[in-house]
Amino acid sequence: MAAHAFNTTQPPPRGRRGVWSLNTPTITILFLWSLVPLLMTLWFSFRRYNLMAPDRIGFDGLGNYRYLLTDPGLALAIWNTILLLGAVLAITIGLGTVLAVLFDQEFFGRGIARVLVLAPFFIMPTVSSLLWKNMMMHPDNGFIAFLMRSVGLKPIDWFAVVPLTSIIIIVSWQWLPFALLTLLTAVQSLDAERKEAARMDGAGPIAMFRYIILPHLGRAIAATTMIETIFLLGIFAEIYVTTSGGPGFASTNLSFLIYRYVLQEYDIGGAAVAALLAIVLANILAFFLMRSFARNLET
Amino acid sequence: MANLQLRRVRKSYDNIEIIRGIDLDLHDEELTVFVGPSGCGKSTLLRMIAGLEEITSGDLFIDGERVNDIPPAKRGLALVFQSYALYPHMTVAENMSFSLKLAGLSKAEREMKVAQAAQILHLESLLTRKPKELSGGQRQRVAIGRAIVRNPKVFLFDEPLSNLDAELRVRMRLELTKLHRQLRATMIYVTHDQVEAMTMADRIVVLNAGVVEQVGTPMELYRNPRNLFVAGFLGSPKMNFLTATVESQNPGNVTVKMADGSRLSVPGQLDISNHSQITIGIRPEHLRLTNTGSLAATVTTVEHLGSESYLHVLTANSEALIVRVSGETAVEADQQVNVEVDSSALHLFDQDGTSLRSR
Amino acid sequence: MTLSYSKLQRKMLMTVLAWIVAFLIFFPVFWMILTSFKSETEAISRVPHLFFSATLDGYRAVQEQANYLHFAWNSLVVSLGSTVLALVFAIPSAYSMAFSPTRRTRGTLLWMLSTKMMPPVGALVSVYLIFRDAGLLDTKTGLLIVDALANLPIIVWMLYTYFKEVPREVLEAARMDGAGPLREIYNLLLPLSMPGIVSTSLLAVILAWNEAFWSLTLTTSKAAPLAAFIASFSSPEGLFYAKLSAASTMAIAPILLLGWASQKQLVRGLTFGAVK
Repeated sequence: MAAHAFNTTQPPPRGRRGVWSLNTPTITILFLWSLVPLLMTLWFSFRRYNLMAPDRIGFDGLGNYRYLLTDPGLALAIWNTILLLGAVLAITIGLGTVLAVLFDQEFFGRGIARVLVLAPFFIMPTVSSLLWKNMMMHPDNGFIAFLMRSVGLKPIDWFAVVPLTSIIIIVSWQWLPFALLTLLTAVQSLDAERKEAARMDGAGPIAMFRYIILPHLGRAIAATTMIETIFLLGIFAEIYVTTSGGPGFASTNLSFLIYRYVLQEYDIGGAAVAALLAIVLANILAFFLMRSFARNLET
Repeated sequence: MANLQLRRVRKSYDNIEIIRGIDLDLHDEELTVFVGPSGCGKSTLLRMIAGLEEITSGDLFIDGERVNDIPPAKRGLALVFQSYALYPHMTVAENMSFSLKLAGLSKAEREMKVAQAAQILHLESLLTRKPKELSGGQRQRVAIGRAIVRNPKVFLFDEPLSNLDAELRVRMRLELTKLHRQLRATMIYVTHDQVEAMTMADRIVVLNAGVVEQVGTPMELYRNPRNLFVAGFLGSPKMNFLTATVESQNPGNVTVKMADGSRLSVPGQLDISNHSQITIGIRPEHLRLTNTGSLAATVTTVEHLGSESYLHVLTANSEALIVRVSGETAVEADQQVNVEVDSSALHLFDQDGTSLRSR
Repeated sequence: MTLSYSKLQRKMLMTVLAWIVAFLIFFPVFWMILTSFKSETEAISRVPHLFFSATLDGYRAVQEQANYLHFAWNSLVVSLGSTVLALVFAIPSAYSMAFSPTRRTRGTLLWMLSTKMMPPVGALVSVYLIFRDAGLLDTKTGLLIVDALANLPIIVWMLYTYFKEVPREVLEAARMDGAGPLREIYNLLLPLSMPGIVSTSLLAVILAWNEAFWSLTLTTSKAAPLAAFIASFSSPEGLFYAKLSAASTMAIAPILLLGWASQKQLVRGLTFGAVK
């Protein structure tokens, strides 16, 4: 495949007749998949529509908007969504970078250790949430409670006292392996000669990390941020099985707020307005992320 | 039988014109070489003939039939790629017979044709191997074999030798020329290497920036380049260029004044007024070192090739020249020499770079 | 001598450090697997024991009382089905973008990715109502379609980066030999990029198997996959640690093995080729 590189003097290939059309089915269904729900959501956001009261359907103007904006849960849900995203990104990428450098070192049993570290990423969200809820963070039977008792502390009821923090811990645990593995792959792709050259120039471990390794990781960090954001904005199952958004709205994010409207209150109109908000928020984030990601991309 | 005609052929990508109006006639059984610097459009032109790139405007005829809208496989052409583009998961025999299989030939026919091609190319013992088990030269031959089995009207080669090492390149060059004679095939060969062009071509097409600079046999182009570009592109070492002015014109000869003040009398007639600026082109083999040489110069570097040496010299007004001398000539760097110009072998170009005459 | 000694010392230090980290991260999983072999009383003991008499009661109970296999079958059908469905759309699409790019290709790729940025909950209302009217609620077909759609952008992207590595000239040679687009895909692209297609499929299976949002909202019991089945243990009456652990261990085991086998490819795939 090295021969491919000889092709550089050729002009870039351009659309070939007939072949472009092979892309249309995918574009069409993705277009429908993103547009139909958006339009329906927009439509419902102006309607009075509760599944429990099917006879009271009708135009509601800005009623749903007014209702949602006075919902005390809304501001909190937006705040929680952003907090969850920011905290998990900071923890996984920060810790992931440090651990990537650690796991890049030579040590005994590296292969096995790496496999173990990776495990949380492959565990389905419902399992990892229940695992943490019952076996780790449970105030009576949890392992953490046991540890705290053994050192003479009073165990805390994680999901009642610090619900959002608890969820941040669980989600970070799930995504740390991914960040670690991605960054580790990037660290390992660093040219050994460049590190040696830096060492010849007198770079110690800290200078090496700051001036050689960290800049090299830019691309990997951008990609990790991007993919994590995609999934973190939609965090749902972790809340669903642990706190159900409570106590109150303390651990409700936008996703869960909408779910509450739909499947707990059957209020389609209210849910639609919240969904629009979620879409707007996602779009703002997508705009910035896509811009920085596109720069890091070779197409 | 295969004749190709290109008429006002153009190609543009995103409003940038790569091929800017090409008219060409390619003749049956000839090996035509498209040569030019990288980015001149020669590969694009070849791919347009092959059908891999669409022709933006103009017409392409094969044997009188307009083929612009005919898909590549139906044009009756075969293309040998620079990277060979062998199918890595198929054996040599499968690589060669793939097109025949798609064309619906029976197994017996396919095997016969592959065997024939393998014999021509000495590939018989390699038929069951995969491309990755072959050397560069062998891969090259498989790529040619893939073309031969189809018995195409025209063979197209896109810089086929550029991935080979120097020694193999020389050998394959000879083999390809031999193959051309043996098959009596029409071939178009694209290269950036003027040596390949000179040694292999029946006819050379010099391309530059998307236009044809000149078409002709190798020696025609070498002797009578139509402009500065062709003059400078063909020949190694390159033709020397010196600036001069026309001083006086007499019947039968012209006197030009060189930049260093010396004068040269050039036989022939020129269509140009006195005192015009011109460029004189002289090939290194047409310069000699003599005691009476008109150009005084200093040797800067001597390149010994054994049988001959190239002297890089600098004239009094700092114009660089290359002089080809016999390998026995004893010259050293920094030595002062006198260079004599064979005035019958001069090329004269006007300020636009167009040749002033054909000798 | 001193040099290699200090090198060894450093390696020992790194070994200790790295293994502590690895153990901490893996511990919850380890603990869960351990618990799955405990009796229910042992499982909720306030002073947990590392050594105990192992029992398979938990596993037996999960199958007998909760019909584990029913949910595992749903998971299998949905994840494999959605992967195949997505590939059917993604392969031609990635092929066309990788080998016949236009000025709009880059934008199209980014747009596809941006559709994935929409939180699924934004589509919940409409998908729920459409599914209700189309009779797709709580069906494997419905969930399979949604999973395929949700993963499609990522699958197209992954395939695209793998296809880009197939030399364009090889496909052009096939074109010269008389192959149309479908033959190019079938005879050349698929065999040449098989490793990439396999790892793309693996990732798609993993994503669909672990998918929780649509599983929880669009299915109730008939078509519920393991992700939804496990969530039913969150209600207080279902809380039996050993059983929960056994069910969870069985639910994650196949994916854990698949994931470990494909970890290298996974990074590449999930970062859209930005990290190799």
